[in-house]
Amino acid sequence: METNTQNKGETLVEVKNLVKYFPVRAGLLQRVVNQVKAVDDVSFVVKKGETLGLVGESGCGKTTVGRSMLRLIEPTSGSVSFQGKDVLALKGKELKDVRRDMQIIFQDPYASLDPRVPIGESVMEGLHIHRIGTPRERMDIMLETLKKVGLEDYHARRYPHEFSGGQRQRIGIARALALRPSFIICDEPVSALDVSIQSQVLNILKDLQKEFGLTYLFIAHNLSVVEHVSDRVAVMYLGKMVELTTREELYRNPMHPYTQALMSAIPVPNPRLKRQRIVLKGDVPSPLNPPKGCRFHPRCPVAVEKCSQEEPQFLEVSPEHWVACWLAK
Amino acid sequence: MTTHTPTGDNSLLGETVAMRKIGRLERFLGPENYRVLMGMFKTPASIMGFSLIVFFVIIALAAPVIAPPLNPNDPYKIPRDGFKADPQPMGSPWNRNQPPLPFWWKPIMKTDQWVHIFGTSQGQYDVFYGVIWGTRTAFTTGMIVVISTFLIGVVIGSVSAYYGGVVDNILMRIVDIMLTLPFLLAALILAAVLTPKIGRSLVPSILALITFGWMGYARIVRGDILSTKERDYVMAARVIGVKDSRILFRHILPNAIFPTLVLASLAIGDVVLSFAALSFLGIGTEIGYADWGQVLSFARNWIISLNQYWYIVVWPGLTLVLFVMGWNLLGDALRDVLDPRMRGKT
Repeated sequence: METNTQNKGETLVEVKNLVKYFPVRAGLLQRVVNQVKAVDDVSFVVKKGETLGLVGESGCGKTTVGRSMLRLIEPTSGSVSFQGKDVLALKGKELKDVRRDMQIIFQDPYASLDPRVPIGESVMEGLHIHRIGTPRERMDIMLETLKKVGLEDYHARRYPHEFSGGQRQRIGIARALALRPSFIICDEPVSALDVSIQSQVLNILKDLQKEFGLTYLFIAHNLSVVEHVSDRVAVMYLGKMVELTTREELYRNPMHPYTQALMSAIPVPNPRLKRQRIVLKGDVPSPLNPPKGCRFHPRCPVAVEKCSQEEPQFLEVSPEHWVACWLAK
Repeated sequence: MTTHTPTGDNSLLGETVAMRKIGRLERFLGPENYRVLMGMFKTPASIMGFSLIVFFVIIALAAPVIAPPLNPNDPYKIPRDGFKADPQPMGSPWNRNQPPLPFWWKPIMKTDQWVHIFGTSQGQYDVFYGVIWGTRTAFTTGMIVVISTFLIGVVIGSVSAYYGGVVDNILMRIVDIMLTLPFLLAALILAAVLTPKIGRSLVPSILALITFGWMGYARIVRGDILSTKERDYVMAARVIGVKDSRILFRHILPNAIFPTLVLASLAIGDVVLSFAALSFLGIGTEIGYADWGQVLSFARNWIISLNQYWYIVVWPGLTLVLFVMGWNLLGDALRDVLDPRMRGKT
């Protein structure tokens, strides 16, 4: 969001060469016969106070990146450093401590709250686990956090099924916020909500970011939403990062052919406006067997010989604009 | 935070909506137990199931009053009115070994003569006494077997799902192998083998039914835990830093256990039925012990003349059917009530 200029440049999270292969087992002995290359060598940094949007179509590995950073999925290799600590190497107490600072908001508000626990307890659980304050103080923090997301005291004793989708998503935000983290991964937090509630939740996230100086990794597949919330945007395709730049630059001057295709697909409200639409041929190839060379080349409208042979590097072609394409200059 | 009042919030409604009155019973039981109890009285089927079980509980508790034993130290021995083979009809008077007269008999019948209400079976065993005291046996065996199999199944299923990998594979293959055995036959053989070692009592049959009865629970608990542990709220708990054991006991098991609990409540009837089947075949308790299977087994030799001696089959059989039906109806009602999505809909 545009107001966070004072902290710009300071790195909070750095992901380096993150790889996650899911083994495919088969047969009586459950031997590994193949691997789903969900995330293949992804690197990026998240700067303090910013919102980094992460976009890509379903199955491209966005969620796997997010969950690997929190160790909800153990990545195959790579490193994630948070405030200088290597998250992937931490164990026990140290891991628990770093968890206070890194939280997540889930996509499906109906699956992200334990149906048997009153929501106040869900929000308080982290405080209890980390032994923050007395029970009385925890209760106060919980109620205050609920208020921050627009819920009242008496809601705390209710069960998740008594709330609407938008309310539940706000409860999910309150749970993530209760520990007062500095970094929150928003894993498609609004894609399960209808449009009027989406803006409500996005505004809450924005307000909280200002108030608590939060840093977001905002995973989404809706480009309009990403444009609304992000300072910088990263685009993923089939387990690879293809483009990463500031929001203005990306929406004005997308360099990767895949990003260009995505941009041309954003719906515009004016039905008479004639636009050049780039329609991609075919389907996303299987991550079991990604294409050689550039992963996008079988569907790329401008692919050349070299694209099917050699994999392009993820390079900074102009200041703050990283692209993985042979044709980008 | 800026002044941001979200829409879709019902904080304004809270003041105006009339509050539901909370009765004394609800205050006493707490909202959760009250809801479960009320759920038991929602449909005719659940009312019937609940009434049947309450009826049997009363019979079991009041057995010494309904049918006083001949020897209070050994009440499960059915008193015999002589040793004649032929069953005696309903209402025939006691001649020998008459147990004390129950207090309710004289005011109703205006006589001091205690009779065989349901007749006598082969060997002059009193059918009424067997049915009444058999209720206690049914509850004892049903509860012991169901609770034991439930606990064994839940522990094995949880361990299997929690550790996964090799442990899971080994445990589940054991379950597979045991599930291939025909249940009643396997239980029959084990009980028959155990009986000479342990002696004739309830124990061999109970052990046999436990040994071959836990696999279903293990399977279901494992499956439910596996699906529950991938839910987002479990992930959220891990991100917060909750310990694995707390996640298992607080977030996974409470959400995964309910299908198994319903299965268990339905199983009490089945267990009692299987136990009766073993007794009917002569496995387990000593002859003359008050259990329904045994009372039924006395009718084995009289099957061809049941038009004359129908009462030696119908009364214990009917009791058994009603007992099993009660648990099945109750289990169905329980399934509806314990489903969290049904909360607040009573």
